[in-house]
Amino acid sequence: MTNDEIFLKLSERFPQGILGKEETKPDCSLKVDPSAIHEVLKFLRDELNFETLHCVTGIDYPALPALCVLYHPGSYTHKTIIALKVYLPRTDDAKVSSVTDLYKAANWHERETYDMYGIQFTNHPDLRRILCPEDWVGFPLRKDYVTPDYYNGMPVPLSFGDDSAAEGGSTKEGAH
Amino acid sequence: MASDFISSVPVGKETLRTDELLLNMGPQHPSTHGVLRVIVITDGEIVKEARPEIGYLHRCFEKHAENVDYVAVSPYVDRLDYLASMNNAMGYAIAVESLAGIEVPRRAEYIRVIVSELQRIASHLMSYGTYGLDMGAFTAFMYGFRDREMILDIFEKLSGARLLYNYMWIGGAYRDITPEIIKQIKDFLVYFKPQVEEYNNLVTYNKIFTERTRDIGVIDLNTCYTYGLTGVMLRGAGLKWDLRKDHPYSIYKEVEFEVPVGTGQMGTLGDCWDRHIVRMKEMIQSIRIIEQLIDGIPEGPYRAKGGKVIKPPAGEAYSRTECPRGELGFYIISDGTGKPFRVRCKSPCFMNISTLDEISRGVMVADLVATIGSLDIVLGEVDR
Repeated sequence: MTNDEIFLKLSERFPQGILGKEETKPDCSLKVDPSAIHEVLKFLRDELNFETLHCVTGIDYPALPALCVLYHPGSYTHKTIIALKVYLPRTDDAKVSSVTDLYKAANWHERETYDMYGIQFTNHPDLRRILCPEDWVGFPLRKDYVTPDYYNGMPVPLSFGDDSAAEGGSTKEGAH
Repeated sequence: MASDFISSVPVGKETLRTDELLLNMGPQHPSTHGVLRVIVITDGEIVKEARPEIGYLHRCFEKHAENVDYVAVSPYVDRLDYLASMNNAMGYAIAVESLAGIEVPRRAEYIRVIVSELQRIASHLMSYGTYGLDMGAFTAFMYGFRDREMILDIFEKLSGARLLYNYMWIGGAYRDITPEIIKQIKDFLVYFKPQVEEYNNLVTYNKIFTERTRDIGVIDLNTCYTYGLTGVMLRGAGLKWDLRKDHPYSIYKEVEFEVPVGTGQMGTLGDCWDRHIVRMKEMIQSIRIIEQLIDGIPEGPYRAKGGKVIKPPAGEAYSRTECPRGELGFYIISDGTGKPFRVRCKSPCFMNISTLDEISRGVMVADLVATIGSLDIVLGEVDR
């Protein structure tokens, strides 16, 4: 099955859930309603032979404004991978249903998405920070994130080319 | 009498009070292959639970990438999986090229494939060496490093660096390959071909090694699917899937090679030994690929025309490449400016290590080391 056929099947099955298409390379991605994402992935897994979920991640669009969760389910039967996007309001309590019960790969990926964007995944078995320390404040990959000057009394070094920052740190990066 | 006393002590699970013991394996432990911490709950010698805690090497690569231009992301990409820098950088370059519509010259494609296959051999040699070390065979480590050194020498001539090359530039390669380097690669292949056999005799079919790696750390296909495992894990579990074959990028569809899979030869399908043998066989296939390409490198430019400033039109691109540790994905969103809006790196090791708890329950503590070794993780890529 090609991606177009899969998209057709999905939009036939979920007329309410699939909101439209977006152009990406090499294939396009589907916009999915937040309430339907669990159903859509379940349908993909059980009936369209999408055995695996390669990636779950977030995107922050301050201009829209929206937070987006991006799913990449993959199929070894059809030798393909598709992209599903879920747009959420850009608030601190953006919520979407967890898909850990469908694919265990989602467990850590959703934790990472929570860690980086603060998106809540309901019904997730263990929603904690995974890469940042437990007591880290803020969600680093949000576009309006400001790196704190101190973490537990230790200075946080920061240098993106301008040498004014990096107070107390010896981590000035050389030119590439 | 003493013997009477001993026999009078009631022995058995019901009467002997035992406690579960919490052990911290890492973050500084030789067999965790980096700064990984595994919280192990043991019942005697049996692992009840092994919870990996990651993030010690986290430097938020994805945030870095949003703050520098497209070309400057490339050196950061090298530092993800620092044992396979070339393969990583190739994946990133492919994503940006498809986003910006850059045509890569044929000569550059040849150079890229040759170099990334060499890197795959180097990476598997490292895996072979450290896995031998985990199993108590120090010789394997020395042998693996001796031969990896030759590849590093080639890379040093090619790019000037030995570990983090910044060689795969967007649109081609940083420097051209010279006849001298081509000769060096050919000499290396002649030397290295019989070595794989020697490695196998030394370690792979060694009685002690097989006894320690068979039947443990079994990952079956369903576990692979649900955890999103790729690469050697998947092939070790018996699925013939290799992106170079099934979803070819660059010039991989023009070369002939086989995809080795695990067969359960020494025990159960998908055990640690199966993953090890897949890596050993992949090295032979990499040699085959290089041999097919090395004599026919076409003349022409080694880098696409255009300046150093890359401004792709607004859009999104996803690239998948087969790295030594599995499928590396780059998802890049451009908003039309010189800096990427979002760079997502889908790391294979991140998924590999997430299975640890499931596959190591009920094994002996020593087998946990064997299991972690066979996952062949690089923490630089897990934490990004």
